[in-house]
Amino acid sequence: MSYIAKPAARHPQMPRNAIGLTPRDYEGSMSTLCAGCGHDSVTAALIQAFFELAVEPHRVVKVSGIGCSAKTPTYFVSEAHGFNSVHGRMPSVAAGANAANRELLYVGISGDGDSLSIGLGQFCHAIRRNVNMLYVLENNGVYGLTKGQFSASADIGSLSKAGVANRQGPIDPVTLALSLGATFVARSFSGDKDQLVPILMAGMRHQGFAFIDVISPCVTFNDHEGSTKSYAHTRTHMHEVVETDFVPLKAEIRTKYDEGSVKAVTLHDGSTVRLRKTDPEYDPGDRRAVLDYLGATAAEGEVATGLLYLEGTEDDMHSFENTVDAPLVNVPFDTLCPGSAVLDEIQEEWR
Amino acid sequence: MQPTNTRDPQYYHKVVDCQWACPAHTNVPEYIRLIAAGRFTESYLLNRKSNVFPGILGRTCDRPCEPACRRTRVEDEPVAICRLKRVAADLRDDVSDFLPAAPTEKNGKKVALIGAGPASLTVANDLMPLGYEITIFEALPKAGGLMRTNIPSFRLPVRVLEEEIDYILDMGVDIRFDHRIDSMKKLLDGGEYDAVFVGTGAPKGKELNIPGRQEADANIHIGIEWLEAIHFGHVDAVGERVLVIGVGNTAMDCCRSAKRLGGKQIKVMARKSRPYFKASPWELEDAEDEQVEILVNHSPASFVVEDGRLTGMMFDLVEWKENEKGRLVSTKLDEVFIPADDVVLAIGQDNAFPWIERDIGIEFGEWDMPVVDRATFMTTREGVFVGGDAAWGPENIIWAVEHGHQAAISIHNYCEGKSVTERPPYGMNLVSTKMGIHEWRYSNDYDANLRTEMRYEDLEKRLADMMVEAELGFDLGQASREVERCLNCDIQTDFSAKLCIECDACVDICPVLCLTITHDGEEDDLRNRLTAPAENRDQALFASESLPQTGRIMVKDEDLCVHCGLCAERCPTAAWDMMQFDLLNPHAGTESWPTTAITV
Ligand SMILES: Cc1cc2nc3c(=O)[nH]c(=O)nc-3n(C[C@H](O)[C@H](O)[C@H](O)COP(=O)(O)OP(=O)(O)OC[C@H]3O[C@@H](n4cnc5c(N)ncnc54)[C@H](O)[C@@H]3O)c2cc1C
Ligand SMILES: Cc1ncc(C[n+]2csc(CCOP(=O)(O)OP(=O)(O)O)c2C)c(N)n1
Ligand code: SF4
Ligand code: SF4
Ligand code: SF4
Ligand SMILES: [Mg+2]
Repeated sequence: MSYIAKPAARHPQMPRNAIGLTPRDYEGSMSTLCAGCGHDSVTAALIQAFFELAVEPHRVVKVSGIGCSAKTPTYFVSEAHGFNSVHGRMPSVAAGANAANRELLYVGISGDGDSLSIGLGQFCHAIRRNVNMLYVLENNGVYGLTKGQFSASADIGSLSKAGVANRQGPIDPVTLALSLGATFVARSFSGDKDQLVPILMAGMRHQGFAFIDVISPCVTFNDHEGSTKSYAHTRTHMHEVVETDFVPLKAEIRTKYDEGSVKAVTLHDGSTVRLRKTDPEYDPGDRRAVLDYLGATAAEGEVATGLLYLEGTEDDMHSFENTVDAPLVNVPFDTLCPGSAVLDEIQEEWR
Repeated sequence: MQPTNTRDPQYYHKVVDCQWACPAHTNVPEYIRLIAAGRFTESYLLNRKSNVFPGILGRTCDRPCEPACRRTRVEDEPVAICRLKRVAADLRDDVSDFLPAAPTEKNGKKVALIGAGPASLTVANDLMPLGYEITIFEALPKAGGLMRTNIPSFRLPVRVLEEEIDYILDMGVDIRFDHRIDSMKKLLDGGEYDAVFVGTGAPKGKELNIPGRQEADANIHIGIEWLEAIHFGHVDAVGERVLVIGVGNTAMDCCRSAKRLGGKQIKVMARKSRPYFKASPWELEDAEDEQVEILVNHSPASFVVEDGRLTGMMFDLVEWKENEKGRLVSTKLDEVFIPADDVVLAIGQDNAFPWIERDIGIEFGEWDMPVVDRATFMTTREGVFVGGDAAWGPENIIWAVEHGHQAAISIHNYCEGKSVTERPPYGMNLVSTKMGIHEWRYSNDYDANLRTEMRYEDLEKRLADMMVEAELGFDLGQASREVERCLNCDIQTDFSAKLCIECDACVDICPVLCLTITHDGEEDDLRNRLTAPAENRDQALFASESLPQTGRIMVKDEDLCVHCGLCAERCPTAAWDMMQFDLLNPHAGTESWPTTAITV
């Protein structure tokens, strides 16, 4: 961690977004992670995504559990709300907060240990409930914070820093999310912001649970030769299946792709996600085909990346539960708690 | 883009904006750090190595370094570089043991220097330690040139001036006062000297030939002559109402001197408007603080004389507009009379060489100026050199010093029988400043403080006496605050492509968006697709060799880097390091640098 604060000096031509903020207004405090940690790059990508979408900082809720990854919400949007929960329990906190106020933007940051080891159950149920949030899993194959033990995403045969091979099979969060019915499933790499930023933007605008598995190397405990989650390994084995272009509502569509290979998906708020398939056979709207494809590429040792599956839906936890439209803070107290007389009436009905 | 060769000392030199802009290439950031460490003597000596007169320059330098200062691009105001120089000079201990000394055994070569201004004094400073016998011929009874005769004591106390001049003369320079050279031919024909250096300045003040000039002569003064007369005590009073014609630095010294000689209403008359004033902004400020009035758009028309005595001047009131060719032209709107008891002309200086015969092999060119080589300072006659204001017209002290250094190199070469065009090599030392994972040998924490204001002597006190220095200098508190504003531009971000794993940490952390990892391209194209467009073409782009993992390159726009070291701090592989750059700037007698240095 650095002892000095990031200099207040700014680039005089630093851009401003629709609400007059610069990217630096979306920063948090100085990172205390190891120099070169992939998680810091994900933070930088998030800052860029918030900036580009001109999100109002006080409308953001950052939630996380425990881990190096879970520390990162401190490093972006310091003016946002935040909750650092117990290890693996962030999804419950996110679901609870979202139940109370559906109008805020929920961003959950987790790790492979946090989500796939101790918090696997929580993770699965958040997907099933379709909590309306962006869920970023910063995946480094180890428990970084506790000094590099293999996590549940470590590949068979991947070597620890001490040279020991992992023998337990990995949990792939992407196929897991797909099989649990998630409507937005992506995989990306901390070292590729061109890919990551538009996916994060689309995820923030997606209605329902938006899941992004980001390969985010742990420079200290898992960036050596023999690791399958290192910068070098990810770069050589990464295969971009779909390129994503996020077109916000009202923006002119000026996409970089030729139309033939593009699949456009309109989101709940009217913005568009344009997916260009690098493999013409690939269909990011066919859940079973995507699962098959991922199975096949994983067997080859390839890391398929991109916004792999997307369904523009109107659904989320609130539509399932038929809750009130307004955030609970805006519901008058007498309506929220109609009093014992009403309770008596209801109970009378069921006698 | 061709990978940047950071092993050429001039690449990193250019990053140190102040040092690059300083004609003598003073190592500003290092002297500021020495002040910060309380090592005033070392700071003084480091200054002296390049600029020879730190105490004088710390008060009077034209400061080309300050508008160049990186801080002006990051915020508005430069570091008070010049004032910090004065801090080192004011607070130093006795330096006599550390000054260059002349060997008792001489090298058998004799050099004559004509004029004892900063140019000649610098030549003497550089050549005396090499064993030369130096003779200076000076027309006046004292040394220093315009630094003495024209810069008033309220800006430069005589004590400070003399001390630094004596450091040079005390090496055993043979100086002949009241000895004007009026024939170059005679001097050369005497054959006594192996080389001759002309440092006679630009001694002639410009005239204003408008009606009434002759009749009013008794009350019209040529600025530089008048200042000299004040210095030597020949003038000690002036009328109540004084008009100073011109708005350059000489005019500022004239109006402020008039104020101290008893003038009550002092008006500086400018032909143009403020943006076109030649005086440095700080000199204008100081004059206005002393209740001098500056009138714009007044073009002198005539001197008005009644009963044989000057009563004032007529001015045309004008308006300036750009014509189609972009040149400013004036239109007369009206005429005004402004009463005056005395008028001082401060509209420029000319060179004059009536004492150099035109048939002795020294070729004269345009404007009747000697033809002088820009790099060697030699005239068309071998062994005769010119520098300072005498070479290409009026400049300033720091340029005179640099001319002196370069001429000394040439004179040394010439006397050793080497070609004067053979210049000694530049070099650099590069040393890592890393102390621990997050600790550096310099204060890398960015300080957002604004520029420290100067303290001045009480107005009444300073106007009462010519000898009272107007500026008080920074006190210790001010100095220790101002030093932190320096961005340490000499602590270079030094990159090793082969170590980079392309984790983006440096790109992400940089507060001023200097860094980009991208695919290679031509510079014009690259400049447009960086993290922030690199629009300042005066500043270099660093381009690395291709990176091991993806073959892309690291690009750095040097423009706004605040040298905070965060890129190096966030780099897991130490691909970035913060290296202290020390320019090895050759002077006369430098033949090579130690083998540990990087030279080209
Ligand atoms: C009013 C005024 C204020 C200035 N203020 C500043 C300032 O604040 N900061 C700054 O950097 N610069 C300032 N300058 C400019 C600066 O003083 C000169 O650029 C600098 O002194 C030039 O140095 P030099 O060695 O070339 O010549 P000079 O300083 O002009 O010295 C030339 C010397 O040669 C002598 N000499 C001339 N002819 C002969 C001869 N034939 N024989 C023998 N001796 C001769 C002269 O008497 C003089 O002593 C100022 C100039 C003026 C006029
Ligand atoms: C209930 C509980 N069990 C165990 C721990 C110890 N612990 C802290 S962080 C961590 C693993 C974090 O791994 P991951 O989520 O992958 O985060 P990373 O540090 O790799 O980003 C563990 C097991 C804990 N803090 N709380
Ligand atoms: S231990 Fe690993 S995951 Fe944690 S901060 Fe360091 S590099 Fe990042
Ligand atoms: S030192 Fe590094 S991080 Fe700091 S401003 Fe310069 S390039 Fe950016
Ligand atoms: S921090 Fe170091 S390793 Fe990472 S991209 Fe920058 S130079 Fe390369
Ligand atoms: Mg982990």
